[in-house]
Amino acid sequence: MNIEVLRYCPAAPNGAQKVSYELEATGQTLLDALTTIKTEQDATLSFASECRSGVCGSCAMRVNGVEVLACTYQVREGDLIEPLRNMEVVRDLIVDVESALRFNQQAHAYGSVSVQTPSVTPEEEKINELQSACILCASCYSACPVYELNSEFLGPFALTRSWRYVSDVRETEVVDKIATVQDNGIWDCTLCNECVPVCPVGIAPKQDIVMLRNKSGVMGYMDPSFASGFGNGFGNDGTPNFGGPAF
Amino acid sequence: MNNRETTQTDVLIIGAGGAALSAALKAQEHGARVQVLSKSYPTRAQTCMAQGGINAALSHSGADTVALHVEDTLKSAQGLALRDAVSLMCQQAPEALAWLDRIGVPFSRNAKAQIAQRRLGGASSERACYAQDYTGLKILHTLYDQCNRHNIEFLNERFLLNICTQKDTHGNVCVSGVTALNLRTGEVEMHEAASVIVATGGYSRIYHRHATNATGTTGDGIAAALRAGARLSDMEFIQFHPTALKNSSVLISESARGAGGYLLNAAHERFTDELAPRDIVAREILKEIERGGAVYLDIRHLGEAFIDAQLPQERKLAQLYEGIDPVYEIMPVKPAAHYCMGGIEVDARSQTAVSGLFACGECANHNVHGANRLGGNSLLELVVFGHQAGVNAAQYAQQTQNTCKPTEQLQKDRTFVEGVKYFTNQIDFYEKHRFMGNIFYNNAAIVRDEKGLKAVLAAVRQLQKELPFMGPKDKSKVYNTNLVEFIEFGNMVELAEVVLVSAISRRESRGAHFRSDAPQRDDERFGAHTVAWKEEGVLCLDFIKGEVL
Ligand SMILES: Cc1cc2nc3c(=O)[nH]c(=O)nc-3n(C[C@H](O)[C@H](O)[C@H](O)COP(=O)(O)OP(=O)(O)OC[C@H]3O[C@@H](n4cnc5c(N)ncnc54)[C@H](O)[C@@H]3O)c2cc1C
Ligand code: SF4
Ligand code: SF4
Repeated sequence: MNIEVLRYCPAAPNGAQKVSYELEATGQTLLDALTTIKTEQDATLSFASECRSGVCGSCAMRVNGVEVLACTYQVREGDLIEPLRNMEVVRDLIVDVESALRFNQQAHAYGSVSVQTPSVTPEEEKINELQSACILCASCYSACPVYELNSEFLGPFALTRSWRYVSDVRETEVVDKIATVQDNGIWDCTLCNECVPVCPVGIAPKQDIVMLRNKSGVMGYMDPSFASGFGNGFGNDGTPNFGGPAF
Repeated sequence: MNNRETTQTDVLIIGAGGAALSAALKAQEHGARVQVLSKSYPTRAQTCMAQGGINAALSHSGADTVALHVEDTLKSAQGLALRDAVSLMCQQAPEALAWLDRIGVPFSRNAKAQIAQRRLGGASSERACYAQDYTGLKILHTLYDQCNRHNIEFLNERFLLNICTQKDTHGNVCVSGVTALNLRTGEVEMHEAASVIVATGGYSRIYHRHATNATGTTGDGIAAALRAGARLSDMEFIQFHPTALKNSSVLISESARGAGGYLLNAAHERFTDELAPRDIVAREILKEIERGGAVYLDIRHLGEAFIDAQLPQERKLAQLYEGIDPVYEIMPVKPAAHYCMGGIEVDARSQTAVSGLFACGECANHNVHGANRLGGNSLLELVVFGHQAGVNAAQYAQQTQNTCKPTEQLQKDRTFVEGVKYFTNQIDFYEKHRFMGNIFYNNAAIVRDEKGLKAVLAAVRQLQKELPFMGPKDKSKVYNTNLVEFIEFGNMVELAEVVLVSAISRRESRGAHFRSDAPQRDDERFGAHTVAWKEEGVLCLDFIKGEVL
């Protein structure tokens, strides 16, 4: 079986190159295949991995143009393996995720609970059970066309993480969190759905963005494209209509 | 984000798993400037793999008490844990859980809107708090989010090479920082700090593919601490998890048995108490595998609805790695190396034999697991002793008069990273790692004897000699994972010797260390900790009773 890997090393003169590898075994995960190549054929092939079980988010890459985790994808004849998009390629299949990760902090995607022993029912806990299983693999940023054009867009996982805390019944700083996702955030998303099928955990960031929009609406924020005139999607300075949020 | 070649801080934390992040948050709360340095990204640490749960006697139902938690832990530890340390951990467990709850960990809940609990092996009660089977993942990510909230500085993709020390005014050895390889630039950097906390996890990858652990669990921090003058203890005690998937060693959590799963032998009959302590179950499974060729885990009777609600991850993993759907089929399993009880020896303040050098998490030995860890006590230890290390490292940093002087270590390590590329490469270290994993699994694992252990030791000493004939094939500077894996292999070979010498010296059986040539426990001679250290590069070993430091 043959697969091709798009390889890139900053020191190499010719930019990214497709390199083809031959594999003996079939029915293995892509991560096992890459590990075999690295340890038996070509020690320079570079990729990241840790848990081999789909929970650490290290080995996200693209196969035939679609984001997958190498450890949960069964490799097939003729597959083309490429690094994630929309992030700087450091080497081969390793990308710099730091640029995307900083949006977690920017979106205030963290818990702010003040109650001593919070009471949470099983139903309330279910509200963000899925969102809190995000592994920060960054597949969604690779797939997002808005992030591709606007490097300041908070982006899918940070917004999912924001919703994970906003929807948490223990959370006490919802007002602040909602205010934080207005600029370069929930209204900039085009709801194109590209981030949804690529999520290995089954999270739908788009849906969480819709939830944040609804919550924002209830809190007095408006879609800036409406606020600044009919269909004009570019006047988004994020300020809600009527001078300020009504809460 | 940060590309400076020398950084300075009060408290420098090596590693970014549950122990490291718990320590970071506490150290900062106590007024220290904190940096967290790790070879990957925080949310990629092995802590994310923990499924089963975290122990605390929350006494929701009134059935469990701190005293029972202490007794269960001591019983499993088989005389090697310290009662004071265990009591402290179990007493602080409810507050540790309340803290996790407060910072937003989304634990599964019971009908009374409290944190739900389930029973794991060796526990007399339902004591493990969980978040489906994503307990470690959700704890780690919540800790990471808190670090973002408190602006903790992360130095990602930096590989710890060595811990630097100096002599203080009284002539004591104290820490001054670390050297690290910046993976993105390929440069060796100096990171100065008033105190350093090692939280780099265990060394189970010595067993190569016969381990449930993440690939980076290579004992780097423990080996660096040993080289820097710290002492290690009880390194021969490595827990084998009874139920890893047969081909991949991917773990099927104990909660599958806690929920009522059966172990079946080749004739599809039950053969043991599924919830006995791990060392016993592992040995029973090994016996059955040797006798009949296979052992299976059967959870079919729990039903699809239950499996999807409580064990969704196990179902996914079994399908992917064994092509088996546990709702309808039984899963082939084997014991695999899982957790290192031993590690860097620390005192009651989490400090090592080197002043200002602290340790917490799986890399440290706080004497709470003894000869055999209870499931769910490790995540607990990360939080309790992570906090302890954080507070004490912050205090140390505030009090110390030491100023960091330039160290020779930086130059040495730069020379090494340059020079290693010229190693001859006649011998393939990846092949040697597989080889080491196999001989360890066969002779230095669940059942051991002197002859087998000595044979492995001879092979490991040979590997040590051969290291200069190995080396990385990849010569490039940028993100050289081949080089990193070679240095990791070197660290594992260094620790392998300690594990073997300890295991050979302990001529008795206790918990995870089972000697077929000395099957009895011998408290008189070995009711003591195996302590190892280096003098002028030579490994020394002694048995020390009671409080070690
Ligand atoms: C599959 C599995 C399931 C488990 N389930 C449970 C459970 O249900 N309950 C329980 O209590 N325990 C469980 N455990 C055990 C528990 O998860 C671990 O003991 C614990 O997570 C260790 O945490 P830590 O913070 O000490 O280290 P880790 O989480 O291992 O983190 C180590 C950190 O150190 C960094 N590091 C390592 N070397 C270097 C270096 N050279 N330079 C820089 N950084 C470095 C790594 O990048 C990482 O950030 C499980 C373990 C496994 C493998
Ligand atoms: S939302 Fe899904 S795709 Fe995006 S980082 Fe999280 S797990 Fe990955
Ligand atoms: S739905 Fe929104 S966040 Fe998701 S890919 Fe499209 S634009 Fe990006």
